[in-house]
Amino acid sequence: MKKVQFKSKYTQYIFLAPTLIIISIFLYLPIVQTFRDAFTTQDAFGFGRFFAGWDNFKFVLSDPSYLVALKFTFIYIFVITVISCSLGLLLAVQANKVIHGKSAYKTLLIWPYAIAPAVVGVTAQYFFSERFGILYALFNSLWGFDWTANIFDAYIYLFIAGSWKQISANFIFFLAGLQTIQKSVIEASLIDCRSSLRRFWTITFPLLMPTTFFLVIINITYGFFDTFGIIDTTTIGAPSGETKTLVYKAYIDGFRGLDLGAAGAQSIIMMLLVLIITIIQFRYIERRIHYN
Amino acid sequence: MSFINLKNVVKVYPDGTQAIFNSSLSIEKGELVVFVGPSGCGKSTLLRMIAGLEDVTDGEIDLDGNRINEIDPSERDIAMVFQNYALYPHMSVYNNIAYGLRSRGIKKLEIEAQVTNVSELLQIGDLLSKKPGQLSGGQRQRVAMGRAIARDPKVFLFDEPLSNLDAKLRVQVRLEIKKLQRKMGTTSIFVTHDQTEAMTLGDRLVVMNKGVMEQVGTPMEIYYHPKTKFVAEFIGTPSMNFITGSIKDKTFKASSFAIPAKYEDKDDVILGVRPEDISITKATTGVKCKVELIEKLGSSTVIYCVDMKENQLCVSTQSRASVEVGDTIHISTNNKALHFFDRETSKALTK
Ligand SMILES: Nc1ncnc2c1ncn2[C@@H]1O[C@H](COP(=O)(O)OP(=O)(O)OP(=O)(O)O)[C@@H](O)[C@H]1O
Ligand SMILES: [Mg+2]
Repeated sequence: MKKVQFKSKYTQYIFLAPTLIIISIFLYLPIVQTFRDAFTTQDAFGFGRFFAGWDNFKFVLSDPSYLVALKFTFIYIFVITVISCSLGLLLAVQANKVIHGKSAYKTLLIWPYAIAPAVVGVTAQYFFSERFGILYALFNSLWGFDWTANIFDAYIYLFIAGSWKQISANFIFFLAGLQTIQKSVIEASLIDCRSSLRRFWTITFPLLMPTTFFLVIINITYGFFDTFGIIDTTTIGAPSGETKTLVYKAYIDGFRGLDLGAAGAQSIIMMLLVLIITIIQFRYIERRIHYN
Repeated sequence: MSFINLKNVVKVYPDGTQAIFNSSLSIEKGELVVFVGPSGCGKSTLLRMIAGLEDVTDGEIDLDGNRINEIDPSERDIAMVFQNYALYPHMSVYNNIAYGLRSRGIKKLEIEAQVTNVSELLQIGDLLSKKPGQLSGGQRQRVAMGRAIARDPKVFLFDEPLSNLDAKLRVQVRLEIKKLQRKMGTTSIFVTHDQTEAMTLGDRLVVMNKGVMEQVGTPMEIYYHPKTKFVAEFIGTPSMNFITGSIKDKTFKASSFAIPAKYEDKDDVILGVRPEDISITKATTGVKCKVELIEKLGSSTVIYCVDMKENQLCVSTQSRASVEVGDTIHISTNNKALHFFDRETSKALTK
């Protein structure tokens, strides 16, 4: 290969500049601003800004509604990850077995992945509208479902809306993961073991662990950050703030309540949470995984 | 009643490729049969049908007196060694060997005894706690063998298990497989495209070509009495020489020479002579040739030459012939070592 040599030492910086500028404006600047907001307070009219130390953090952490949002966020992430990973895996295993019309199945199952969260929310609205929603009517006839009044029902609404799109994402990755498993290894297990369920848990599933680990991280990140659009188009925190995730609450407090200090503190707490979760994942879970 | 019976077996893949044409074969208990043939001739397909990894399109496969077409691979009591070994990458060597036993609900103590047994037999005792990724190719091969042996199945199926080893190891493992098979007395089918491997391993060979069994027989039968031109050409190195000509009045006439042939008159005949059946004569009675290329292999010398009518000929001689490229030599052959084939059907002529 021919090595390209720049004449001037500075040419490389010109090529790097667009990326660096974009990253600075849209990534680093907001981070700096968040820290500034978190450690200052503004008076009600926005005239002055005073250093506030840990006051904003103390305020946020002693606010009962913040703890509600924290609890909901973890429940939400856990349920969505479990539902969408297991259904995605189930669909991928089944689609991998299909011989005829395989690509049709794949295409249909992948479609929801391309839909933006807000659109997913709007779609879910059609199913859960009090006046004409099919699922609303069905659940309502079963146990008097009403998400505007009942916390559990609101949870169900969000779990379904939130998992739907993620099933597609997980499906694609699991399918790709299944195809990286050597065919002859599966064949060897066909000769060694009669029960297909046992084969799945002893051979296929362990060999899919790298994919599963990756997807769990992706789903947790999704649960943390990408659900804003869904909540904002569905429950908007109904019945009374129990279905707000941390991100959604930070947004509401910051931009609706105009309490930028509290919103900034919430963002930083969230960042720390994600950091801790990620460290735990890589430290303790990843070690047990076999990579080919 | 033979131990394994293939009756008119046909395989057509879902995409329409016909891999096996009407093939029948009987294998006796304790035999080591080798399927040999060029790449794509359907060896693996046939083996995989016996293993149950491919459906049988038509015909029947019997094992130990029972039809097994519809029986699940795990219930056929066979074990297979794959070309790439197909070890379970996430399991230790011990678990790789024990997996098949565990799935069959065998007791833990028994499994332990069996794995120890097998690992001693194959000298892999100190690898038991390692993962396949930490093993060399040769060690993996042994583990794959161990996994097959551990279950003490009715049949061993080998699909080119030696092709990923280096030449020296291949010869060594080949010997070991043969010894092991003799010792255990387990009926085995071995697939290879290497004719030396086939000749040295097999009690009987099945020479395959384009989905058809061209000939079934002992290595010597196949070597000395090939039934088709394909078999004659495929078995033996260097390859057999072929010269076209015709038979008239019990004499085969080629463009540059004539030799006695006790067959009926026929146009379009191909004469086949193995390079080792041709010798260089001092007399000038033989066919006159010009030497074009010489390969000295130590134990033998292979001489490539052309006769006066541009027929290519290959001669293999044990003696240290003092022949140089460009020399003119005279060659002759033992009349008993000649093979005649019908040029149209490629079949050997019968008297
Ligand atoms: N799954 C499949 N679908 C369609 N055709 C196939 C399939 N597997 C094999 N074939 C075809 O069947 C024929 C025989 O293949 P097979 O694998 O049995 O050959 P082989 O003798 O084992 O060759 P090699 O020595 O290269 O392993 C080939 O023409 C191949 O292309
Ligand atoms: Mg093959």
